[in-house]
Amino acid sequence: MPSFLPNRGPGRLIIVEGIDGSGKSTQIALLSQWLRLRGFAVAFSEWNSSPLVKETTRRGKKKEMFTPTSFSLIHATDFADRMERYILPLLKAGAVVCADRYAYTAFARDVVRGVDRAWVRNLYRFALKPDLAFYFKVPLETALGRILGGRNALKYYEAGMDLGLSRNIEESFRIFQGRILAEYESMIEEMGFHVIDATKSIESQQQEMRNIVLREFGTVRPPGVLGVDLNAARLHA
Amino acid sequence: MPNYKDRPPLSYYRTALPGVDYSELQGKLIVIEGPDAVGRSTQIRGLKPWLEELGHAVLDTGMARSALAGKGIKEAKQGNTLGPVTMTMYYLTDFADRLENEIIPALRAGVVVLTDRYIYSVMARALARGENRAWMERTAGFALVPHATFYLRAEVQHLVSRVVVGRGSFDYWESGLDTRFGRNMHDSFVRYQSRLIRVFDSLAEPYGFEVIDATRPPVEVFESLKASVARIFDAPERSQAEQLRKPAQRVQSIRAAKAAGRRD
Repeated sequence: MPSFLPNRGPGRLIIVEGIDGSGKSTQIALLSQWLRLRGFAVAFSEWNSSPLVKETTRRGKKKEMFTPTSFSLIHATDFADRMERYILPLLKAGAVVCADRYAYTAFARDVVRGVDRAWVRNLYRFALKPDLAFYFKVPLETALGRILGGRNALKYYEAGMDLGLSRNIEESFRIFQGRILAEYESMIEEMGFHVIDATKSIESQQQEMRNIVLREFGTVRPPGVLGVDLNAARLHA
Repeated sequence: MPNYKDRPPLSYYRTALPGVDYSELQGKLIVIEGPDAVGRSTQIRGLKPWLEELGHAVLDTGMARSALAGKGIKEAKQGNTLGPVTMTMYYLTDFADRLENEIIPALRAGVVVLTDRYIYSVMARALARGENRAWMERTAGFALVPHATFYLRAEVQHLVSRVVVGRGSFDYWESGLDTRFGRNMHDSFVRYQSRLIRVFDSLAEPYGFEVIDATRPPVEVFESLKASVARIFDAPERSQAEQLRKPAQRVQSIRAAKAAGRRD
């Protein structure tokens, strides 16, 4: 278990992880919406979205300049910026912060790229430990079907082309995602993920997430957690 | 005074970079370190042509000059929202890009790499802002161990006079204003730079810095540096005898280190 920093709240941090096509983004969006309707102040943060490093990432990707190490570090920079400027202050203010991907994405992807496992785990020691971490477990073929069916424009780094796994971008993507999946699977216990069966219907996955949130956080908004109206913040499963 | 003859071939501190064969690195890696306004760039401007005169090919590089992140860092510093961990990470990205795309290829080609600041400045700035040392040292562990690190050292009052006389005003970042070390720029500069000096001092022994008294006139500092740099080249080039005796062993130990890196 990496030694993340404890979230001293009063807000709550909920994160989702899983390979591309596992459906995690759909689920965290639905969960955020549900929490918001129950009066919670909800904030959302997405992997690789900090405006501070956007240009640098774009430059590196366009010119294919990244090495596994600099790729890992620019994502850590992005994460640090979101952590320092957004996630941490909002948690201190009492918001529920929902994050689409977290440090675990780096633990899986960067290691597949050949970055040292212990090094990347140490790198993210400034991260806060999530209060809830959901992992969307899905067979590789199911996820690939969702991605490859939906859009055909796979990108160079997204497909792991920098690893030289295959000249065919789709084949490279398959191998790359397969290896990332294996990394995630080996992390489940170590990281204490709540595993969601992502082959089930969207509705039943969402119900399971809500049940877990209710079980972990209780049905009444905890003290210090921000919302619009205490009465409205009573949760109904 | 460190004995450069005993320095091992170039390797990393803790963590091997994926895809690098360290046994190929033939050049010399020379680092000039020290706080802001201590006169590092003046000295490098002198050292480079001097080394070239002696017949060495020289690459000079420095912090925040990477093709990847140099521009981004400059832009980030224009704003007022760059947090300390983010700054550290951005500098590390810059460092990794220069290390893998400039420094290592140059060393492979037998070039003398002269670098204005190194991983120690990234560490010092983070530690002066209160970051955890063990975390920082592990994170920075992919850096190469240089052949020599010259730490240009001066007390903070000396730096203040150099800033005032030389530049006429205090810089936001050099004064550590992002963390508000003092109530005005002068006080903040003094407190922040004093901290930096203390951190550099604490790195000097574990990282084998050669301390150069930078309060002397630049020409005298230059003479000291030349004498010390010359000793790096006096050292028998990974002596013939050693090369004959040890290559297999060295390659083995690098492989073992890489394998260990993969395992844990």
